[in-house]
Amino acid sequence: MPLPYSDLVMEHFRNPRNVGRIEDPDAKAVEGSPACGDMVAVYLKVDEATQRIEDIKFESYGCASNIATGSIITELAKGKTLEEAKKITWQQASEALGGLPPIKAHCSVLAVDGLRAAIQNYEEKHGLIKERVPTTEEEIRRRLKHVMNPVVGLDVVRTKLVKEISLQDGHVRIVIDLPPDHQFAQNIREEIREKIEPLWDIQSVEVEFVA
Amino acid sequence: MPKRFIYLDNAAATRLDERVLEAMRPYFFETYAVATSQFGYSLGIEAKDALEDARARLAASLGAKPEEFIFTSGDAESSNMALKGVALALGAKKGKHIVVSPIEDFPVLYSARALERQGFEVSYARVDETGRVDLDHLREIIRPDTILVSIQAANQEIGTLQDVAAIGTICREKGTLFHTDATHAFPRVPIDVQRLPVDLITVTAHLIHGPKGIGGLYVREGTPLAKWMDGGFQEFNLRGGIENIPGAVGFAKAVELVTEEETARIRAWRDEAIARLLEIPHSRLNGHPVHRLPQNVNVSFRFVEGESVLLHLDMRGFAVSTGSACFSRSLEASHVILGIGGNHERAHGSVRLTFGRYNEPDDVKAIGAALSEVVEALRKISPLGKEE
Repeated sequence: MPLPYSDLVMEHFRNPRNVGRIEDPDAKAVEGSPACGDMVAVYLKVDEATQRIEDIKFESYGCASNIATGSIITELAKGKTLEEAKKITWQQASEALGGLPPIKAHCSVLAVDGLRAAIQNYEEKHGLIKERVPTTEEEIRRRLKHVMNPVVGLDVVRTKLVKEISLQDGHVRIVIDLPPDHQFAQNIREEIREKIEPLWDIQSVEVEFVA
Repeated sequence: MPKRFIYLDNAAATRLDERVLEAMRPYFFETYAVATSQFGYSLGIEAKDALEDARARLAASLGAKPEEFIFTSGDAESSNMALKGVALALGAKKGKHIVVSPIEDFPVLYSARALERQGFEVSYARVDETGRVDLDHLREIIRPDTILVSIQAANQEIGTLQDVAAIGTICREKGTLFHTDATHAFPRVPIDVQRLPVDLITVTAHLIHGPKGIGGLYVREGTPLAKWMDGGFQEFNLRGGIENIPGAVGFAKAVELVTEEETARIRAWRDEAIARLLEIPHSRLNGHPVHRLPQNVNVSFRFVEGESVLLHLDMRGFAVSTGSACFSRSLEASHVILGIGGNHERAHGSVRLTFGRYNEPDDVKAIGAALSEVVEALRKISPLGKEE
């Protein structure tokens, strides 16, 4: 049986492009966490006048598809404006790699998220966020899809761990369907906070465990 | 270019020994008949003799009587037969409670879960951080309605050996049956049913350079076990279906070819490999340092992911295994590493090497060097483990 990875994926895995760190980057972002699985860091150098990505580097703690997607995404983003780079999707990255196994979507999507988060980080730093949209429950749910359930390595929304989300005056309460003394409760709580707290209009994040 | 492919996944499958194939050959081309009763035609009687001869030799290797050894299609079937056969025999009579360990291999674990869906209750015996069962806890959770305790002889991933004698003694005291999955232990770790209080034992041929598709279940005389594969009256009416005579002959041959000298050699490779791998920074041994399968090495490397390690090693001509979620078909991290209190990260970076007959002394040095390079290269591109 051939490997489920295309030749291009293997090529990028073997010789990843744009690997490493940028010293003194204009923006950076880390997606994922070691406790919960794969992790990607993205570093950007942006030309302030043209808003083009002059340089981009990534680091990966992950499987072959994670490394290969990190590699291709940096190639796709390099030289593009922030607006253009923002629109790069997982599907485009996958196509550029000659296809990724669907089962590996969650490890490879991290690189795409990493790029977007780095761009957002740049925009926040440079006051480029034009319109501040109030956070909705939908946005919280979307972000929770990036919090892994370490027991199975899939996100907490997909594995139906999120019992309840409530949002009132900037206070978020999330109920997770696990016992409070579960071995990963603390990890999950920290991950959720990391994802929700940076939202501009969020004051507090409470994560409750009930099973 | 890799000179030679170095296979270090002997806990998954092994290369067949030519001597096993030679022993099996006549039962494909000459004595190919079905095993018949003594009133049958001579080719069938010859086939039956070969089957019974293999059975007697395999039973003897466990210290058992021939009629206590049932041929199956492999370890998965043997364990299914043990758990479901006992459940079927005792579920209505004695009780519906079963005890297993959380780090059992899937045939035991999922047989228990399947029984759970049919109204049985399953308790999990606690294991310590090396994977050994907590005997006090085991004693506590066995109840009057416990019909079976199923705890493996050796772990498939981290190689930890259980104190089968102590577990068996507890089961005897409590009056419950004891099954042990010895898939990875037999016969390199000797088992003698004359001395060990164990009622059912799962064994297989495919991990000792024997053929795939043949295994066995030792069933101590008098053990209540219902037939769960219906068919003919084969295997003392415990398992219907045509006997795999070439397989049975090959299994018996494979067991005979395992020698203490060979196992000692493999054990020395194991110890040298562990020492070399632990020289790599940020590494730790998974499993027990002493009570350990002679062929098993399992080490976790921080800041790297197992599937990436495995693919890089494959390019260099090595076959190994990992407990990383990214590698498994289900995308679930190793239940064994999590079961011994390890976290996702430790499972993520775990690498298992298992040695066999066809390894060479130089393989240890080669895998040590290759792993060291691969781990270092992957750490270079990892966002973790660096000074800020």
